[in-house]
Amino acid sequence: MTATQDRPAAEIGKDRRRKEDQRLITGRTRWTDNITLPGMLHLAMVRSPFAHATITSVDVEAAKASPNVVAVLSGKDFGDELGVCINAWPITPDQKTPGHSPMPADRVAFAGEIVAVVVARSAAEARDAAELVDVEYDEQPAVIGIKNALRDEVLAHPDLGTNKSALWVFDSAEAGTGSDVEAAIETARTDGILIEREYRQQRLIPAFMEPRSVVVDPTGEQITMWSATQIPHILRFALAATTGVPESKIRVIAPDVGGGFGGKLQTTPEEWIAWAVARRLSKPVKYTETRSESLMAAHHGRDQVQTLTLAADKEGNVTGFKVHLDADLGAYIAVVGGGVPVLGAFMFNAIYKFPSYRFECQTVLTNTTFTDAYRGAGRPEATYAIERIMDELATEVGVDPLEIRERNWIKHEEFPFTTVAGLEYDTGNYEAATAKAKESFGYDALRAEQKERRERGDRVQLGIGVSTFTEMCGLAPSRVLGSLDYGAGGWEHASVRMLATGKVEIVTGASAHGQGHETAFSQIVADRLGVPFEDVEVLHGDTQIAHKGLDTYGSRSLVVGGEALVKAVDKVIDKAKHLAAHLLEASEDDLEYKGGRFTVAGTDQGVAIQELATAAFAAHNYPEDMEPSIDAEATYDPVNFNYPHGTHLCAMEVDTETGAVKMRKYTCCDDIGTIINPLIVAGQIHGGLVQGIAQALWEEAVHDDAGTLVSGSFVDYLLPTAADTISFDVVHTDDPSIATTNTLGTKGVGEAGTIASTPAVVNAVVDAVRHLGVSDIQMPCTPERVWRAIHAGDGDAPTPETAMPHFREGALNQDEGAGQ
Amino acid sequence: MIPVQFDYLAPTSVEEALSALGQHGDDAKILAGGQSLLPVLRMRLNAPEVVIDLGGIASLRGIRDDGDAIVIGAMTTHHDVRDHALVKEHALLLSKAAAEVADSQIRHRGTFGGALAHADPAGDLGAPALALGAQFVIAGAGGTRTVEASDFFVDLFETAIGEDEILTEVRVPKHTGWGAHYEKFVRVAHQWPIVAIAATVKGSIDEARVGLTNMGSTPLRATATEQALAGATATGDGVRAAAELAAEGTNPPSDLNGAADYRQHLARVLTGRAVLKAAGV
Ligand SMILES: Cc1cc2nc3c(=O)[nH]c(=O)nc-3n(C[C@H](O)[C@H](O)[C@H](O)COP(=O)(O)OP(=O)(O)OC[C@H]3O[C@@H](n4cnc5c(N)ncnc54)[C@H](O)[C@@H]3O)c2cc1C
Repeated sequence: MTATQDRPAAEIGKDRRRKEDQRLITGRTRWTDNITLPGMLHLAMVRSPFAHATITSVDVEAAKASPNVVAVLSGKDFGDELGVCINAWPITPDQKTPGHSPMPADRVAFAGEIVAVVVARSAAEARDAAELVDVEYDEQPAVIGIKNALRDEVLAHPDLGTNKSALWVFDSAEAGTGSDVEAAIETARTDGILIEREYRQQRLIPAFMEPRSVVVDPTGEQITMWSATQIPHILRFALAATTGVPESKIRVIAPDVGGGFGGKLQTTPEEWIAWAVARRLSKPVKYTETRSESLMAAHHGRDQVQTLTLAADKEGNVTGFKVHLDADLGAYIAVVGGGVPVLGAFMFNAIYKFPSYRFECQTVLTNTTFTDAYRGAGRPEATYAIERIMDELATEVGVDPLEIRERNWIKHEEFPFTTVAGLEYDTGNYEAATAKAKESFGYDALRAEQKERRERGDRVQLGIGVSTFTEMCGLAPSRVLGSLDYGAGGWEHASVRMLATGKVEIVTGASAHGQGHETAFSQIVADRLGVPFEDVEVLHGDTQIAHKGLDTYGSRSLVVGGEALVKAVDKVIDKAKHLAAHLLEASEDDLEYKGGRFTVAGTDQGVAIQELATAAFAAHNYPEDMEPSIDAEATYDPVNFNYPHGTHLCAMEVDTETGAVKMRKYTCCDDIGTIINPLIVAGQIHGGLVQGIAQALWEEAVHDDAGTLVSGSFVDYLLPTAADTISFDVVHTDDPSIATTNTLGTKGVGEAGTIASTPAVVNAVVDAVRHLGVSDIQMPCTPERVWRAIHAGDGDAPTPETAMPHFREGALNQDEGAGQ
Repeated sequence: MIPVQFDYLAPTSVEEALSALGQHGDDAKILAGGQSLLPVLRMRLNAPEVVIDLGGIASLRGIRDDGDAIVIGAMTTHHDVRDHALVKEHALLLSKAAAEVADSQIRHRGTFGGALAHADPAGDLGAPALALGAQFVIAGAGGTRTVEASDFFVDLFETAIGEDEILTEVRVPKHTGWGAHYEKFVRVAHQWPIVAIAATVKGSIDEARVGLTNMGSTPLRATATEQALAGATATGDGVRAAAELAAEGTNPPSDLNGAADYRQHLARVLTGRAVLKAAGV
């Protein structure tokens, strides 16, 4: 029994439409680029077209002479005040970390790196002048791709002497959480099943809808930065730590932010440059990137080669799993850089009871855009690897993929369960989620149809893909982060302000950028405090208002931030009770709080929380031992991660003549504990699914050998639209596994769909053509790759040229620099 | 992103537009629906000093019956081409192809003439226009001339339209009662075709016209397939055999969406499908 079930849950569980949506959807709101300040100047960046080059000279004279240009600055014009871009998570003590200047003066390490900034009175004039900056480069050999980087023949940063940044290892035998994986592998080799695979996690681009934008106003008592960021608090801390401005002099505001998906979990060169320019000129400045700049220079995600060895006995009981990752950091180690693959370290064993496990992650530097968090961060990669290879095991044993999973998964009565990676899963019910998903999907009928099509030799074959995922989210217990050498904690802060008129403002350190916190948090407060939903206002994203917080990522806002809020609300009720007892001249023990009212047991006497707020404001009559306030705040540090899980089933049709794939059905049964708002949950799942499906089928960031981003526009970087997806079948278990680590019993859902869906789709595509001799197809499963896999047994046919430049003009003004 | 600054002219007649074009020459660019030109300007791949908008010239818009042909004004939108009764009756293939261009917003802005003048080999309208033997009416200072489809498409993004000329209308010979199908192969719905096949057939099958999109630097016709189909019966096997010839003489690009040999394979498979659908089989 949870607290929520004890109360009449008027709001929790209600399909509230998001109250923030009208302004967000109509755009009549404060996106950073909508902000205009008096006397504001505009920035345009000059970016390197080369992946690796020394800068021999920067001639800014022509640009300076361009109309309404105020300043043109290159790296050598700045000193320490420019600060540095930080890596907050060095994953090993001996990690090789290249220095990362927001604007290097001597050498560029990826195409798109900023070498100069133009400041002008309008954005158009800044852009015009940027084209006149004449930079001379001495091109250096560039290292592109993980396998090239590992060879250490060409170096991304010659001064480091190697491209290998860090090797991070977890071994269950060493950690005491399991046995020795090498022994399991040896046994399986002679007397069991051994499956060895290499899977590729292609590079992805977060592709948030609102391009990054930053405004800096240095004219007030505090220097204010508005930024389209997910992490205003971390940003403020990093500015203070690296630019020499005291934290108390810095105000950071994340106004309305149009999506992030991890892509705005960054402290960016652009922010640092805008900061330095505004301070230097003592004028407000704005920089908004173009979509081309965003695709090229905002951080990318994923990009790993996974080398996997799965050992099992002949019945398919897994005895050990060994994982070696090579992960591409790009040219620099971004704020969470190498930590992203390490977040997957604890998840490759997924929902299973593996006796032994070893994880190694080798991070490498290349001359490409730096990589960092992208929705799921580490966990989609882990889930992909294990769920793909469990299908291979099922094939080897000759049983249904769900059957092989059931042989290995943790039974519901075995929770809480400590895994071979050392995590304690609190609750879960894989049997229930799978049964419900199977039923809703029509699993048996689709299997029958698959068989029938195979027998008939139909041109269109059907495949069924399974993904039984779990993940660790709700980042994160601070002590655990400390033990992993992460540079900050994982707590969250909330406060509740009881206004004189009885309305409520709540302040959260989470920083919504499309998730719907305003609505969900209002529902929680409405129920717990017993006030109308409409009376609750959620404030966030401005360090003057929400002074403490650790922002939004890692499916943490509800399970960590929501718990902080619950604790703050409970403190308000405690204070209010003391005041109520005083006003009602009753003993606190006789008071009962329900529906926003304290009543004296056995009488009709009572007082509403709103009246108490007013009484505290007036302060005419309150107890001696109390301050005249019922406001409260709380900081909550989670005791454990949070473990949502689910079973996702996908049916794909494959046209064997063309390789074209088409989704036929997608069912997911996610067990996420208590659901605060089913509509928001459905939205998170739908969006998450599409993002994961897009990795499986469409998206891939490709650099050519010279390090130029070939997929540099949405013509080549294929994002799906509603026209490319089907209506998903989203269900939940009837009796969810309530989280025991937070009061509301909730589990994170922000990343679940993305984590689960990618392997479900690829498993389905492979399953459709496995009888034709196919056991793997590299992502994204383009029609060409599928067709080649069927017809040549070769799914790996990279064709790194850009697609037809549909907007090319053969003629005028096509100089080399124009594409910058 | 912001284009380089330009002057904007909005003539109300073809003569006025031609004289502006004559005056500014190389420095001018014609603006139709802007769906290709504006991205070019915004990415600063071109920086004309003057943009001449044809949007105010009423005579360039609309579709009329002209005896043995229908005439489509250059400024008629993809949306109108798709839905017009004359097109559906006499050049069904164009209606089907126009329906496949990008998305609804772009179809309401982009124009028939603009798309053909842009001459993107991956554009959806070139191959149907070629297959139907369209004639291009081009106006210049010295009057108008008519260019056959086979001479109109010169190379990648290059047509017979001169620097100081304007495409005013396209005459499409009537193919009344011909079956038609435009088979577009894409990975996502809003994409330019990786390969597309424009097929239209008379009877089942007296005569066939097959145009290929994105199989070379200009739209192409699958003449060997057309010849093999003429007079054939529209059976699956017969059509597929003829479709095996569809990639002859093509020179498709290799890019992220597929290598040349894969595109040629697609052209063969999809031609078979398109012809069968056009023939109603
Ligand atoms: C996101 C996106 C997706 C698209 N997808 C597709 C697709 O799937 N298939 C497809 O076929 N197209 C696609 N297009 C292109 C679309 O069809 C355009 O409408 C078309 O290519 C150009 O037509 P327009 O009227 O917009 O011409 P504009 O962009 O205005 O002009 C294009 C060029 O033609 C010249 N021009 C225009 N009219 C004339 C004239 N009368 N005489 C001489 N020169 C002229 C202009 O100077 C310019 O160089 C897409 C466009 C976008 C933006």
